[in-house]
Amino acid sequence: MKLQILGTGCAKCKTLTQNTESAVRELGVDASIEKVEDIAAIMKFGVMSTPALVVDGKVAFSGKVASSEEIKGILEGAK
Amino acid sequence: MLGLLVWWQVYAHLELAAKLLTYDVFRLPVGAHLSSAVEFFVYEVPKVLMLLVLVVFGVGILRTYFTPEHTRRVLAGKREVVGNVLAASLGTVTPFCSCSAVPLFIGFLKSGVPLGVTFSFLIAAPMVNEVALVMLFGLFGPTVAGIYLASGLGIAILAGWTIGKLRMEGQVEPWVYEVEVGESIEEHPTWAQRVEAGRKAVPEIVGKVWLYVILGIAVGAGIHGFVPTGLMAQYLGAKAWWSVPIAVVLGVPMYSNAAGIVPVVQALLGKGAALGSSLAFMMSVIALSLPEMVILRKVLRPRLIATFIVVVALGIIAVGYLFNAILPSAGGN
Repeated sequence: MKLQILGTGCAKCKTLTQNTESAVRELGVDASIEKVEDIAAIMKFGVMSTPALVVDGKVAFSGKVASSEEIKGILEGAK
Repeated sequence: MLGLLVWWQVYAHLELAAKLLTYDVFRLPVGAHLSSAVEFFVYEVPKVLMLLVLVVFGVGILRTYFTPEHTRRVLAGKREVVGNVLAASLGTVTPFCSCSAVPLFIGFLKSGVPLGVTFSFLIAAPMVNEVALVMLFGLFGPTVAGIYLASGLGIAILAGWTIGKLRMEGQVEPWVYEVEVGESIEEHPTWAQRVEAGRKAVPEIVGKVWLYVILGIAVGAGIHGFVPTGLMAQYLGAKAWWSVPIAVVLGVPMYSNAAGIVPVVQALLGKGAALGSSLAFMMSVIALSLPEMVILRKVLRPRLIATFIVVVALGIIAVGYLFNAILPSAGGN
């Protein structure tokens, strides 16, 4: 599974990265986490409010910091 | 539903509880400065915090309807004037964080939202803030809160319209027009998810600002119970013509959130500063921030940034003079 976190490096993006990391660890899924900070790359996903989480190339949500519980739900649904 | 009912019951009895606590529990003498300061404090703190919880909860739900994607769809291709009015109004309710100003700016422009209309949105979003509105309402009453709301919207509409008229599309960095914008997904949350979003907004926002609220009310209580010194009247009073521009210039390099600046405004008013000058200071701090300019520099050329600052600053100065002229003695206690 390929996870991408879209954000220009603000505090919220860091929190989302941490939550995603702990969700991945707790579920024990095999996933790579990549941070996308380039504006043009972010815009390609059609995202206007950061941070956003992209799972296997699809935007799961944008403009919020989801808890690791929420992210676990998303990851389980995407398996 | 039950929560709202309990909320209302508690809220309706706050004034009585504050009196009981001040005069029966603390046994403070009626009519003394200290008693009136204590009564003010124990009444205002729960009152403003409760209002804040309710408004943040309500706005949290409202915001699930006004996503940036939805706002962009409403604004795309809109004419000036109507577009500016809509953009400023939507700017007050659409969730916005200065860290996503750039993707939002690009997303708006690329989908055909005119430059001036986009600016109306970008100006209103930080300037008209629900936390500031609640604090002004709680501390100064509906008139000051209404003035803040109306003048904030007015500046955003007029400044955006002016920037649109100046035809500065060429001052946007050219790469912005070349960025490929992908298809956005629109979320359609259920009612339960919307309420959940409102519920989550409460600890997130109130948790960040509660200290400023208490601080602001403590300052207010001090002023309420004791005689104001009138120190500021000389420099920021309505009679001093330079007070408004000075307030705006002082506000630009300062960067604070709306909750942090209201206590300062209260202190200024209490020390005899005029309402117009104090509001101008507050608006300048929250609407014109250097960090946001640095962020926007990625997409705007310096001339457009300078125009943006000048137009908004002139708008704030006009508001300051207007309210100094019509309400020279408003505010203060």
